[in-house]
Amino acid sequence: MLGLNARDLQILLLVAILTMFAPFFLNPFPVDSSLAQFNAGYPDLMQRFVIFGIFAIGFNILFGLTGYLSFGHAAFLGAGSYAAIWMMKLLTMNIIPAITLSIIVAGLFSLAVGYISLRRSGIYFSILTLAFAQMSYSLAYSVLTPITGGETGLQPKSNDPRILDGALEPGEQARASLFGMEMSSSYELVVSGWVFTFNVGYYVAAFLMLVSFYASIRIFRSPFGLMLRAVKSNQNRLGYTGVSARPYNLAAFVISGMYAGLAGGLMVAMDTQAGAERMFWTASGEVVLMTILGGAGTLIGPVLGAGMIKYMENIISKINQSVLESWFAWAPDFLQDFIVAVIYPFVGKGWHLTLGLMFMLVVIFLPGGLMQGIGKIGALFSRKKPNDRDSVAGSTPAAAE
Amino acid sequence: MEAIVLQVLNGLDKGSAYALIALGLTLIFGTLGVVNFAHGALFMIGAFCAVTLSKLLTVSHIVIDETKTDFLGNPAKVEVPYLYDVFGQATGDVIIDWAVPISILVAIPVMMAIGVAMERGLIKHFYKRPHADQILVTFGLAIVLQEIIKYFYGANPIPTPAPEVFAGSFDFGTLLGFDPNLVIYPYWRLVYFAFAAVVIGGVFSFLQFTTFGMVVRAGMQDRETVGLLGINIDKRFTIMFGLAAAVAGIAGVMYTPINSPNYHMGMDFLVLSFVVVVVGGMGSLGGAVLAGFLLGILESFASMGQVLEVLPGINQVILYVVAIVILLTRPRGLMGRPGVMED
Repeated sequence: MLGLNARDLQILLLVAILTMFAPFFLNPFPVDSSLAQFNAGYPDLMQRFVIFGIFAIGFNILFGLTGYLSFGHAAFLGAGSYAAIWMMKLLTMNIIPAITLSIIVAGLFSLAVGYISLRRSGIYFSILTLAFAQMSYSLAYSVLTPITGGETGLQPKSNDPRILDGALEPGEQARASLFGMEMSSSYELVVSGWVFTFNVGYYVAAFLMLVSFYASIRIFRSPFGLMLRAVKSNQNRLGYTGVSARPYNLAAFVISGMYAGLAGGLMVAMDTQAGAERMFWTASGEVVLMTILGGAGTLIGPVLGAGMIKYMENIISKINQSVLESWFAWAPDFLQDFIVAVIYPFVGKGWHLTLGLMFMLVVIFLPGGLMQGIGKIGALFSRKKPNDRDSVAGSTPAAAE
Repeated sequence: MEAIVLQVLNGLDKGSAYALIALGLTLIFGTLGVVNFAHGALFMIGAFCAVTLSKLLTVSHIVIDETKTDFLGNPAKVEVPYLYDVFGQATGDVIIDWAVPISILVAIPVMMAIGVAMERGLIKHFYKRPHADQILVTFGLAIVLQEIIKYFYGANPIPTPAPEVFAGSFDFGTLLGFDPNLVIYPYWRLVYFAFAAVVIGGVFSFLQFTTFGMVVRAGMQDRETVGLLGINIDKRFTIMFGLAAAVAGIAGVMYTPINSPNYHMGMDFLVLSFVVVVVGGMGSLGGAVLAGFLLGILESFASMGQVLEVLPGINQVILYVVAIVILLTRPRGLMGRPGVMED
């Protein structure tokens, strides 16, 4: 069905179920329980999960398949954001033209950057992409201020032309919408203590993520995907067989750039603003972290990594000293102080430390990312031969190369 | 004319920092073949060695000074650094004033130790892994080191002044026959430049004129052969890693008066240092130093008003443009050896 084999279809269905019922899964605790702060089922965070999921899926097509480590992908996300916000300012607050243009702009931009950067490989490629991204960031901040809004960024204003929309009522705010359905509107379902929020923006983003996930499965399984894997395992040998790797690399680069543009456009659709900080190189570093943490070269890994990092960023960072103290209130005082003192550096504002440590551990011990870890655990419990373990990942996690 | 002299001078101090960090990066890359994304973090830790020492030196206890009274008429409580008790007030003040230069003495062993620990504990296991993995693990390490510093010192920059003697500015123009006050330059930046020149000279003469350095250079050319001759090259390379860390560290120590250190200063320098290394040529020590100074000066020329009128914003991007042009036209950089990382 859908041109997928049974196993891929299972994965796609699994992801579809997880995303469609995410408001339930992510809200396991009643609102007034003490664990309610672990609920991740609020619209803003769920939107981030899927948007960064798209970003990471796209990055994985480049890094996971070809092995080219780009440190500048945030530039395409930023370019997509700017394109989308201009569409909203000039044409209409409907998100369809905005997202379409953001994909096109990011694609063209990545074509230009990729055409130049892909002349080199390895560390040089990383530094070239880093240089391009930093350059775009600096330009967006300074010279290009008329287009990018510089430090303040861009937001829809009440006096924007918006040719297709009518003029706004005085005092009315411009809101992103899809044929009249506002992205920010949501329906709340209250079931005795639990509150589940179903947000329009989230479901739009989740639907687009499913589409991009499906596209990425098709790319992974296509002859084109096989060529990309060949680039990763041995580019020289590919050259000896008479195949030029560059068009394939460039195509992968542009595709992943377009994914980044889609993510950027969706971000604008959700919060209707764009700023240069989205292009900063730490933002590029973040998507690298997501992809590696989840498992580069696997289908689900990047989505998992994106979800994990965003969960940590929003949930772990909220745990402060008093929360910790209340958790360990059962312990004798000296023990409580000790436990809190040990854990405190790793939570709250220190969540980056946890992230950094986790990332290092994954790179050192699990080069295939969390998916490899899951595979290993799965292999422990199943009687199958160990080489079957990639059945969990849906593709070879042997990305350690 | 005076504008040109001023820009060259302005470029020198930033160029010195670039050159020192790039020198360390190149030492590590040339000897061990590892791309160290944590090098900026080492620079930052060095800077925080200076912060720590100047804090430690002023650790005080409270004594009651009978000669003064506070606003209530009670005898005033005065904080007296322990240093006064040991050395007396005059010497103590001098030591506190010179905290930053003194920190170098502390930073060298500390950074050597950190460097060696890093190489033995982590990097060693990554020689056989691809460059991408080395980049990733050192990138992770940089995040961790940065966060540890942030945990202990907070996120705000901590001003750490230079010794009083160097506080003013030097009227460089009068030396060259310009009018006074046209070309003035802070003393500390001159000190930084001189310091960088000494360190760079020291590293080069260490490699050039000692037996140890000779072996290391031989190892950079052909590690396997040196190993086959019965020399424990790994041990020497570990020491070189420590040395590179120390160079980055003392570069950070001396940079504190120019820019108050904060936990992400290393990352800010790192990106540009990679640009410098690439322009100079991967694995070429001379290239790294040359490119460091050249790019520092180029950057300050690009931020001149007259240049900005013609090419607005060029100061923000000039280094990246240079790097892109160099990488595409001359992949081995200005002084890179042919055949080393030319892909």
